[in-house]
Amino acid sequence: MSAQTRRKVLALGGAAVVAGLAPHVGPARAGEVDARIAAFTGGAVIGGSGVTLSIAALVENGVSVPIAFDAPGAEAVLLLAPANPDPQAAIFRFGPRAGSRSVATRVRLAESQTVRVIARFPDGRCAGAEAAVDVVVGGCVI
Amino acid sequence: MTTIIPRVRVPATAAPGEIVRIRTLLTHPMETGRRKGPDGVVVPRWIVTRFVAAFAGETIVSVEIDPAIAANPYFEFDARLEASGVFTFRWTDDIGAVYEVTQDIVVG
Repeated sequence: MSAQTRRKVLALGGAAVVAGLAPHVGPARAGEVDARIAAFTGGAVIGGSGVTLSIAALVENGVSVPIAFDAPGAEAVLLLAPANPDPQAAIFRFGPRAGSRSVATRVRLAESQTVRVIARFPDGRCAGAEAAVDVVVGGCVI
Repeated sequence: MTTIIPRVRVPATAAPGEIVRIRTLLTHPMETGRRKGPDGVVVPRWIVTRFVAAFAGETIVSVEIDPAIAANPYFEFDARLEASGVFTFRWTDDIGAVYEVTQDIVVG
């Protein structure tokens, strides 16, 4: 093998490694995330305030990660883990007996990612929040 | 088969107009259908898809659940109560099973 060819082979290998690592959210999943958001918001612009999201910035294990949101006055809230194979976590709809719009639950995180929450208000307005989470061991059973 | 147990924690009493925090958990594997068992065969998908909490027939919160919710789905939320009554908590999974538990509360 000539030096020239070997360099090419090495370059190819390097490119393959990079390709394997780089896309945290592949095009297919990104499309699904966008579709889920559009279905939820009805195309409304997502504003910056109105919902808060609480989740640890670093978790050792992605199998069960505590997460909480508060969206005062919201009628519904969409929770997304965009880098999971199934990115939608849940949609919460509040009824007449709700005492707040504050909910705590636990999600699976397949890998490090930016978790998103989107709240929809009775007037059609939407608000979003997001939080980056580093996951040391992904929930590989996802 | 795994035993599915619903657990809820609700205060026994409350004052009228009080907001009470409710904690619910269903022991359920939430199999995504993407995992292989010890025998190398893919474990079939088995997901809780819906949870509804109601008080005296009125909804507190209803949840559309997807596989990114962790196994043993846990939800913590608030209800506003004006009078004594009964909470109903109902989970439905994608094999059609329904798990329901009720809980009384005295308001006054």
